[in-house]
Formats: sequence, structure tokens, C-alpha cells
Amino acid sequence: MSSIKMRISAAGDVLDVKSLIEHPMETGRLKDKATGQLIPADYIQTLTVAVNDKTAVEANLSVAVSKNPYINVKVPGKKGDKVTITWNSNIGKTDTQTETA
Amino acid sequence: MQSNRRVFLKGSMAASAVGLAIGAGLLTPRAVMAATWPAQAYDTKGFDESLKDLFGASGPTESKDITVKAPDIAENGAVVPVTIESAIAGTDNIAILVKGNPTPLVCNFKFDGAQPFMSTRIRMGKTDDVIGVAHAGGKLYMASKQVKVTIGGCGG
Repeated sequence: MSSIKMRISAAGDVLDVKSLIEHPMETGRLKDKATGQLIPADYIQTLTVAVNDKTAVEANLSVAVSKNPYINVKVPGKKGDKVTITWNSNIGKTDTQTETA
Repeated sequence: MQSNRRVFLKGSMAASAVGLAIGAGLLTPRAVMAATWPAQAYDTKGFDESLKDLFGASGPTESKDITVKAPDIAENGAVVPVTIESAIAGTDNIAILVKGNPTPLVCNFKFDGAQPFMSTRIRMGKTDDVIGVAHAGGKLYMASKQVKVTIGGCGG
């Protein structure tokens, strides 16, 4: 089960890509209430949106992006094109998801 | 008895406020960074420094061609929806910055054929301006919108 959910709507030669990513986006500033220890930072640093394997948007995120990030971009493409979203986090985790518009 | 209880409550509230201040100031994470992630720009505490690290330029000029959409009042600073769009020709990068946050740079989107439009949800520590900076033709342009934050979203 991918952490990335996508909804794509095509309008002419533009694809409106709305995406929700399941991720805690831990800042490293919060304390665990039970143990009093800091929760280590765990957040998405880079995110790319590609259409038919060609990168259209390269984003850098930080701890100041809300948890379970919502991302909306408008990429070139038409119905039937493949949209791929990939993210990498500061602790080396990664996930990717491809959907057809 | 009653008055003691009051004093105790006040005391513990003050203590937790101090704890928050320390937590926000000292504990900047220095984790292993991915190769393409501009760590320096995201780590710095200065507005101009982060722009310089990210774009190699600073001192953006105000522009009416950038639209910053954000709520007037955000009840929860942990989730503030922000949409930024640039009508400046040749815009290839848009960044969101919040000066009052522990690190001002929130995120930046580099466009490679995509429209200079982005929408996401960000965290804000307190009432502040959300600043959208667009990079076009080697120059920086900006627009901002004030958002009143009722409950901060930077930790607790």
C-alpha cells in the first residue's frame, strides 16, 4: 500500500495533480509525552512529479510542511499520460507511485 | 489549600513555557541530508540567507504578479493551506517562507515545464506573513499575505 494518493484531472494539455502523502513529518522538536525523549526528525526532503518519466516538478520540503503533506501542482500532459510521484525523506526512506491520468 | 493549588498551576505553566523555548532554540536536527536537498538554505535562521543559499540572490522586489492565497485567520498553525501562483514570465522556481518560524524556508518547487503554481499545507509558529518568492530570469520577486494564527504549529 503506497503512502501516496493521487487525483489527476485533465484540462486540455494541463494535468491538475492533487496528492496526499501519508507521512508524520516529525520536526525533531517534539517530545514524546510518555518517555520525555525527543522524537527524532523524520520528514520528506525531496519530492518529484514526473509525466511519462520526464521530471516536471522538483520540490524540496522541510519540517515546516504539515504532516500528511498535501501537494497540488499543474503539469503538462493529457489524458492517458503516466504521472509518477516520488519522495525521499531525511532518514533515507522513499516511496513512489504511478497513476494514469 | 485553594491558593496553593493556584500557585502550583501557575508555576507549572511557566515551566512548560520555558521548556518550549529551549526546545525550539537548541534542538535543530542535523540529520543526514539527501544529495539534492539544499540543507544550508533550509537550516539557516535568516530570511535573506536562505534565499541566497537557495537561489544565489537575495533582496526580492515586491510584485503584483505573484498571488499568495492563504486564510486570514488560521485556527490551527499546524495546518495552514497556502497556494502560490506566479504570472511572471520565465518563473522556474517558487519558494514559501515564513520569517517568524524557527527556520524561515518552508518549501520550494522547481518547475520544469509545469505551470508556476503550487499549493500545499504548512506549519506556522505564530501570526506572521506568508511570503511567496518567485525566481524568474535570475531575479527574485515576492508577495506576501498575513495569516493570524490562533494556536501555533511548531511543537508542544
